[in-house]
Amino acid sequence: MFQTNRRHLLAGAAALGASSFVGLPARAAIGEKKDKVKAAFVYVGPVGDYGYSFAHDQGRKYLEKELGDKVETNFVENVAEGPDAERVIRQLAQGGNDIVFTTSFGFMNPTLKVAKQFPKVAFDHATGYKTAANMGAYNSRFYQGRAVLGTIAGMMSKTGEGGYIASFPIPEVVMGINAFTLAARAKNPKFVTKVVWVNSWYDPAKEADATKALLSQGVDVISQHTDSPAPLQAAEQAGVIAFGQAWDMSKFAPKSHMTAIVDHWGPYYVDEVKKLLAGEWKPSDIWWGMKEDILEMAPFNDAMPEDVKKAAQDIVDRTKAGEYDVFTGPINNQAGEKKVADGEKIPDADLLKMDWYVEGVQS
Amino acid sequence: MMLAAPVIAVAATLIAGAILFTLLGHDGLGATLEIFVKPLFDPYRWQDLLVKAAPLAMIATGLAMGFRANVWNIGAEGQYILGGLAGTGVALSTLDMTGSWILPLMLICGVVGGMVWAAVPALLRTTLGVNEILSSLMLNYVAIQLLFYLMRGPWKDPEGFNFPQTAMFSADQTLPMVVPGTLIHLGVPLAAAVALTAFFVMARTVTGFQLKVVGLAPRAAAFGGFGAASTVWIAMLCGGGLAGLAGILEAAGPFGQMVPQFPTGYGYTAIIVAFLGRLNPLGILLAALVLALTYVGGESAQTTIGLPSAATGVFQAMMLFFLLAADILVRYRIVSGRAAAASAPHAAAAKEAEPAKGKAVTA
Amino acid sequence: MSLDLLVAILMTVAGAATPLLIAGLGELVVEKSGVLNLGVEGMMLIGAVTGFAVATSTGVPVLGALAAMAAAAAASLIFAVLVLTLMANQVATGLALTIFGTGVSALIGAPFVGITTPTLGPVFPDFLTSSPLLRLVFGHSPLVYVGLILTVAVAFFLNRSRSGLILRAVGESDAAAHAIGYPVLKIRYLAVLFGGAMAGLAGSYYSLVLTPMWAERLTAGRGWIAIALVVFASWKPGRMLAGAYLFGLVMTMELQAKAAGFNVFAPELLAALPYVATIAVLAIISAARRTGTAAPACLGKPFRAAA
Repeated sequence: MFQTNRRHLLAGAAALGASSFVGLPARAAIGEKKDKVKAAFVYVGPVGDYGYSFAHDQGRKYLEKELGDKVETNFVENVAEGPDAERVIRQLAQGGNDIVFTTSFGFMNPTLKVAKQFPKVAFDHATGYKTAANMGAYNSRFYQGRAVLGTIAGMMSKTGEGGYIASFPIPEVVMGINAFTLAARAKNPKFVTKVVWVNSWYDPAKEADATKALLSQGVDVISQHTDSPAPLQAAEQAGVIAFGQAWDMSKFAPKSHMTAIVDHWGPYYVDEVKKLLAGEWKPSDIWWGMKEDILEMAPFNDAMPEDVKKAAQDIVDRTKAGEYDVFTGPINNQAGEKKVADGEKIPDADLLKMDWYVEGVQS
Repeated sequence: MMLAAPVIAVAATLIAGAILFTLLGHDGLGATLEIFVKPLFDPYRWQDLLVKAAPLAMIATGLAMGFRANVWNIGAEGQYILGGLAGTGVALSTLDMTGSWILPLMLICGVVGGMVWAAVPALLRTTLGVNEILSSLMLNYVAIQLLFYLMRGPWKDPEGFNFPQTAMFSADQTLPMVVPGTLIHLGVPLAAAVALTAFFVMARTVTGFQLKVVGLAPRAAAFGGFGAASTVWIAMLCGGGLAGLAGILEAAGPFGQMVPQFPTGYGYTAIIVAFLGRLNPLGILLAALVLALTYVGGESAQTTIGLPSAATGVFQAMMLFFLLAADILVRYRIVSGRAAAASAPHAAAAKEAEPAKGKAVTA
Repeated sequence: MSLDLLVAILMTVAGAATPLLIAGLGELVVEKSGVLNLGVEGMMLIGAVTGFAVATSTGVPVLGALAAMAAAAAASLIFAVLVLTLMANQVATGLALTIFGTGVSALIGAPFVGITTPTLGPVFPDFLTSSPLLRLVFGHSPLVYVGLILTVAVAFFLNRSRSGLILRAVGESDAAAHAIGYPVLKIRYLAVLFGGAMAGLAGSYYSLVLTPMWAERLTAGRGWIAIALVVFASWKPGRMLAGAYLFGLVMTMELQAKAAGFNVFAPELLAALPYVATIAVLAIISAARRTGTAAPACLGKPFRAAA
């Protein structure tokens, strides 16, 4: 039976000609103008996670809304990182999509493999570091939002201790912890960030219990780099302030939710598809932030004092204007040694592989 | 006879699935067509099917040999991981070397890795009488944590931006494609060869006879000189070795490196495959393709008609439910004539039900 | 360590232990009757989503918990018909039930993502929870007390009641029980339904108490831990209670240690510990089989009436 199938397959493949084994529907090259673009999205989680994948899907909807009948979108959710991802991405490329957005770090190598086989399809991969002739990379400067959260935490915390629910010590997360701590210590030099690693992106019960552990150790601010609203809910119960992750989660904690870092991928997706329509798409390696409007803060909670609101808004405004960068020296490491000289900024290349913590982080 | 139950099961799944998804507000008929029919008419999808089916078939073949002997190894997931890890260990220590001996060594170590992991429940069962269902299940979780530990600690790629994954394998450590220009890697023909060998072993050799007779009539087997312990060892080592081989084939093939997302539930899915294939190696090849079809077709259905990814799991579960239910029809026809004679008021009577199934397969 | 901190830790432990205890007690009764249902995780998810849906729709969380039990019991009925009446393989059917529950809960739950629910929070009046020690006694969700009462009830049922004796007899030797005239299948049906209802209740603990929301795979694999704990407890309700609270304690202390700044050497090894411990317990009780603490003899095997 198996043998028959293989023969069948080989016959099929041969019939289609040896040159295009992976199947290339007739389509315009990347550099040509198009009347309509078909865009596909690959998500690592379910769109119902109300977190990371949800935010990307909101970006997809934004794209549809902005470009109307110039674009047609589709997505595949819950895609495991690895061969499954490679298969899905290839299937999307074969399915006549002009551009494929792969939205999780673990899709990087699969995207690269497929991109090489489909030179006429554009690929964009989120949060990675590899690019190719038809594969761009995009990322968001989440740490800019972390600096806003840190500012609020530094001003509102009475104990001077903040809790941080973290997933895995990858550069992205380390960067966030550092930005949060630096900004908080700018307002309260004695501020300490206590980090609890839950070793999971999504485990609501464990995230909630980690929050409770932090609360019992005296922290009165909760920040998180995991995907579920569970830490917010635990903070709400305890009556301390907290922040949403990836999306406005105020519904889950109306009193505690001060603000949230909202991943607002929509404008980037619109930009890429517009370029493709105009025949001007080129693989880019972008790392946008608040200035380019792909990262924004959810509305500040009314419970936030006026001076805190002002200070937080000030960080946002100055970040947008390019006048503020939280990773500006002097910065000490955990041992109190100076790592960054006064006025010097940490270069992007170093940020992207950050593996050390600033003074004030207890991890 | 051999095909009756699976065919009924698949047909019933199609009908029930169409009804269920229509009730849930989706296009039920469209969903079944997209998942189960359309991919079959696309030669490119056949490549995906074969690549996805190969590890499932290989693991299920090993498990089925044990199931025939009433040895319930459900630790294939862990054995798959250990196989992948053992081979990866070879790969990481030979990264700077070249030579055609590297890949075979990786594969051998993969087999050994899976066997070692399976030897634990085998040893516990033969020396202490520990139920292998429970011990092998527990070891799956231990294996996952071992993987996480190695990825985040000792085996992390030093040049990988601190992300928890190993370096990419070199050319000499990666599986070659057996049909140039396609996705069909060495693991695909190997899976077919393994299944055919297993078919021969089960049908024609003393070992196969031993496994079958121990399952059918343990007391008769004891009189015939087949030790219960040696049967457990044979069954567990076959299951573990093949799961380990599947693991390193996936790591050295589609993955090309080791990552924390390596385990995707193949070890559990393979149990379904084994039953869907009636514990017969040839049936398993077919069953693996059907299961692969639910994955590949499920992904297509997401993009074409917006069916949620959860639907794939529902289809798989329904198929197994119907198969297990349809089984009774087939089984009764075979067994009813002999049941009265075989069923003494003893546990052997209860065990009779299982082997009867095996009988139906070879009939 | 202050009293407040101690109480806070113990409350977290009770919260983490309760769903494992409830689901585990259900599975314990199922296994005592000689049936192995690996579908706990799937039934918990069905319970979690049903509980959430009913609680948000009616505004009455207790109704949610009851509906969760009913829905998960209904799911367990699929399993029961297949393995008991049709004598299908229990391992395969249980796995299929988990896959089924994961998928179905995601489909049912789609409209409920991103909304909140009234919770099944503490029930005693405020003055009873004013001091830390009182809070430790009266400050829990009703399900925490349900878990404790259930432990006593299951222990009494299995060890002291006639029905419990029959259930154990069925699990140890179905053929003999049948020969004496006990309705083996009926007893096993009831046990499986009880196990399903308890898994559903445990699932609703997540969606209504611990993390009052719905998201796909909300229980994140706790059903498998419950199955491990049944083995760890060597099929004894009292040990099940101890095991669930011990597990809760270890997990909570790990998080507390991290929060206090003590870096745990390798978190992965700690995460593997419960499973290694379970295997060790399995080995020990199997070696000491003469004391009568091993697995029910008929566990996982189908029963065919000899008549």
